[in-house]
Amino acid sequence: MSEAYFRVESGALGPEENFLSLDDILMSHEKLPVRTEIPMPRLGTFFLDRSGGAETDNAIPQGSKLELPLWLAKGLFDNKRRILSVELPKIYQEGWRTVFSADANVVDLHKMGPHFYGFGSQLLHFDSPENTDISRSLLQTFVGRFRRIMDSSQNAYNEDTSALVARLDEMERGLFQTGQKGLNDFQCWEKGQASQITASNLVQNYTKRKFTDMED
Amino acid sequence: MWPGWFLRLPACGLDGRRLAPVTRWRGPETGAGTQEDGLRQVLEEMKALYEQNQSDVNEAKSGGRSDLIPTIKFRHCSLLRNQRCTVAYLYDRLLRIRALRWECGSVLPSALRFHMSAEEMEWFNHYKKSLATYMRSLGGDEGLDITQDMKPPKSLYIEVRCLKDYGEFEVDDGTSVLLKKNSQHFLPRWKCEQLIRQGILEHVLS
Repeated sequence: MSEAYFRVESGALGPEENFLSLDDILMSHEKLPVRTEIPMPRLGTFFLDRSGGAETDNAIPQGSKLELPLWLAKGLFDNKRRILSVELPKIYQEGWRTVFSADANVVDLHKMGPHFYGFGSQLLHFDSPENTDISRSLLQTFVGRFRRIMDSSQNAYNEDTSALVARLDEMERGLFQTGQKGLNDFQCWEKGQASQITASNLVQNYTKRKFTDMED
Repeated sequence: MWPGWFLRLPACGLDGRRLAPVTRWRGPETGAGTQEDGLRQVLEEMKALYEQNQSDVNEAKSGGRSDLIPTIKFRHCSLLRNQRCTVAYLYDRLLRIRALRWECGSVLPSALRFHMSAEEMEWFNHYKKSLATYMRSLGGDEGLDITQDMKPPKSLYIEVRCLKDYGEFEVDDGTSVLLKKNSQHFLPRWKCEQLIRQGILEHVLS
């Protein structure tokens, strides 16, 4: 399956997400802090603890602080901030940016929201005055970490790599995987196995398990 | 017959359900449980969101409730999100189904077909036909099967070991071999390729 299946790639690092990209859909599900600038009637049921109650037509009051997923924040945002204004999540703020500039390698980017770069890039849509600093920080952080990712992915052959990828964000993990694939393909070629016909991954997976658990 | 593909879509629940996390996406090949329910729920939710918006739009226009506009926008965003998730999910399935043609050949194992919808089966057949037409147009009169020789061939005949009992297998000149588990044979490469990919034979390198 891996050979013939080409999933839609993420566009999050660029100006716009890819509509059909599953990675981008997952990324844009992550939340960020917002503030409502206007009451929003009849939506009180979604945020029961904020609801203004029946007299306000069950509204979310103006000035409420909420955590909304990126897709929703993007949809409701406009440059006049008529419906909501957006706050930067902590890891993109000055404090953490300083940490990254000190040593980008120590940070667990997987814990900091697994789509650190993608989410950070899309945050730029909200016209924060800190945008230049944020983009610079994203780039520098990546530059700082890339060397280690490349080295480890090119040298870990046939080993358990979980320790190496534990603190990488999703984009970095993708890079790591690509590196591993290159390494494995090369080793396979070196061993003279490049012309060996192999069973399709799809079939192997299917015969190994009949039913998979429904995961939640 | 709806596909068994596990998916939970993030949606804005009208009953106050919190936004459900999107979880792992898998294809029909994993044989996961039914998915009709999930999709049906999303479509129902979209219908409800749409109807609420219709009603609020009318109220905003004729009843002077322009304060409803942010609410209408909120629901509209949810509708777009549900649409995006649904379309991306179905599209991903098609990408996997397309890959099946290359991995499994033109006849799909019935267990996989069970997990595909009628429309998906139809799509697969169309794709097969397009591919076949294209292949026929290559290489002069005979056409060229580009789904063969996915790895560069080194010889006409190869050594194979049988991994599962398969039974009689006919070789070109009319003779046949008995493919019994663990038996080894020296056979033409082009006859074996499919069986190797299906995991019935193993290509043995000398």
